[in-house]
Amino acid sequence: MAVTEQPTSDTFPEAASPTHMGLPDAAGFFGEFGGRFVGEPLIGACQELEEAFLDAWADPEFRNEFIDVLRDYGGRPSPLTECENLSQDLGLRLLLKREDLNHTGSHKINNVIGQALLAKRMGKTRLIAETGAGQHGVATATAAALLDMSCVVYMGEVDMERQALNVFRMRLMGAEVIPAMSGSRTLKDAVNEAMRAWVSEVTDTHYCLGSVMGPHPYPWMVRTFHEIIGIEARQQVEALTGGLPDVAVACVGGGSNAAGLFAGFADDETVRLIGAEPAGGAAAGRGVPAIVHGMKSYFMQDEVGQILEAESISAGLDYPGLGPEHSHLALNKRAEYYPVTDEQVLDSFQLLSRREGIIPALESAHALAWVVQEIEQLAGKTVLINLSGRGDKDVRQVQEILDAQNGTVNGAAQ
Amino acid sequence: MNTTAAPSRNGVSLEAHLAERIAAGGKVLLPYVTAGITDDWVDLVEAVIDAGADAVEIGIPFSDPAMDGTTIQEASVVALDRGITPADALDQLRGREYGVPLIAMTYYNLVYRYGHERFAADAAAAGVRATILPDLPMEQAGDWAEAGAKHGIENILLAAPVTSDDRLAQVVENTAGFVYVVSTMGTTGERGEVDDAASVLARRVKAAGDRPAVVGFGISGPATAVAASRESDGVIVASALMRKVLNGESVDQAASFVAEMRSALDKEYPVEK
Repeated sequence: MAVTEQPTSDTFPEAASPTHMGLPDAAGFFGEFGGRFVGEPLIGACQELEEAFLDAWADPEFRNEFIDVLRDYGGRPSPLTECENLSQDLGLRLLLKREDLNHTGSHKINNVIGQALLAKRMGKTRLIAETGAGQHGVATATAAALLDMSCVVYMGEVDMERQALNVFRMRLMGAEVIPAMSGSRTLKDAVNEAMRAWVSEVTDTHYCLGSVMGPHPYPWMVRTFHEIIGIEARQQVEALTGGLPDVAVACVGGGSNAAGLFAGFADDETVRLIGAEPAGGAAAGRGVPAIVHGMKSYFMQDEVGQILEAESISAGLDYPGLGPEHSHLALNKRAEYYPVTDEQVLDSFQLLSRREGIIPALESAHALAWVVQEIEQLAGKTVLINLSGRGDKDVRQVQEILDAQNGTVNGAAQ
Repeated sequence: MNTTAAPSRNGVSLEAHLAERIAAGGKVLLPYVTAGITDDWVDLVEAVIDAGADAVEIGIPFSDPAMDGTTIQEASVVALDRGITPADALDQLRGREYGVPLIAMTYYNLVYRYGHERFAADAAAAGVRATILPDLPMEQAGDWAEAGAKHGIENILLAAPVTSDDRLAQVVENTAGFVYVVSTMGTTGERGEVDDAASVLARRVKAAGDRPAVVGFGISGPATAVAASRESDGVIVASALMRKVLNGESVDQAASFVAEMRSALDKEYPVEK
């Protein structure tokens, strides 16, 4: 296992990959994607947030506090694990960036600590958030508890059923969870509800958006808070292997963990960047540009522009679009995005559990599913997967699916 | 990106049309109808015009109406489930003489996907003289405003209570038709009373330039319409009207609600003969 030097504010760069993942333009566009497509009542809040983020990020005190909290409370740096069994099975060198070992069980904590500290600095007393699988909601509830702020999380009614445990976790930490009852009652509708709530509460409330999406400055700000994933991973892989990975793979819903990972390698032209999308929500692969949720990006939509509902086994990837910087990276072919099916994901979920003793989040299992699918072209390569979250939250759902599929009871044959 | 008062095909822009009543001391009344909400929604458009509407907002339903409250969301879902598309909406409007301008209110993605030029042409042919695209902010509105202007379509910009003075001056300069005064920091929907913020904002809009200021969000009936018109040039009524339709009220019943608002406004703010 590689030892990593803890990043400090001095070593934390402006943008990890200034060429391919640098600053958006003044209007918040990455190439033709992004922008700030919100109603007039939210324009001021977005401007205020952009100014506050710029100011904070230029302040060494803020960055030090951010890094200190991620270390002392969040458990960073997260380790890099070499998977010896699976490497042998698959005929490649498989490395996992262990974001699943962060406090709250996923990479989401990086972004919420950043945003919560920023909100506090802006004088806000309340955090609201949307959540899909509940990981971002749990992370936001955690940050709110830590920083003594109140917290409301919007979650699709369907997702509340699928992820009841995370709903309870949020409540346990003092957050209020409000079901989004409109549309497909999943992540996209939770985003709509959170944006509606933000308008009416904007004076004292910060909208803690959970992915690299939404109006400027969110896609850029959220990626920046997650760059630490890629920065650490790059150092760790170098320390372990003496070189860079051939391929860096992450799952993509909105795309925050992928953005964080990619930022560490985007300017290393030899490193292929792969985003694994759910087949039922493959925005980069099957989407066309749309303007929704405050941004221009690839979305799955019908021929007239109504946004379609994504379908995925994984609530965290159940989103019909993706962040604008990913659309930009896809269009420029710096990163590649491929769909994997729910069935492949279930297989990978079990494979990693059985062969490495690591139960991944269903989201993260998408990344491994792509690797397994492409095993021939990856032979002998060093493959880095961002294991963005742990699978505890998914165990019950998977148990039910597998029992039904295999005629087992609690995983055992009758 | 200044697209002021492009003349419409029949020579009268929305702004000029509204100015007639406003100049005479009256207040304008703009009801909103979700396209496709019922089979007879176009009849409802005509009925609210007969009941005294100065213009009608045609809501073209979108899958993700993030600025709208529960009533317009519900109306949008009903209309979408009934299968209406933007092209259908414009098609069904075409071929009737309305006598007042129509305003298309929708979210920008539907216009973007339709194509600016094509949407402008089809909308103009259907009697549309203006658009309200709440998620297309001023900075990004130039291309659409230009395409619309070629077909006599004005692009209406919004102002909110938090809009800064500098920005408000730009809104007033760059809007066409009127300034949509967002009465409250929230989503569309009926409220018992209209926020004081609406009056303050309407005054600021009027002070910033010579543009009609029309208040929307929260107008629930004659009393709020009269109150919200005190400092403004009139009101938009959307959720309160669509709630009646969703509750199964007939075209005549919905139109009589508009007539009540008309007479309340005219009584309080009589037009000089």
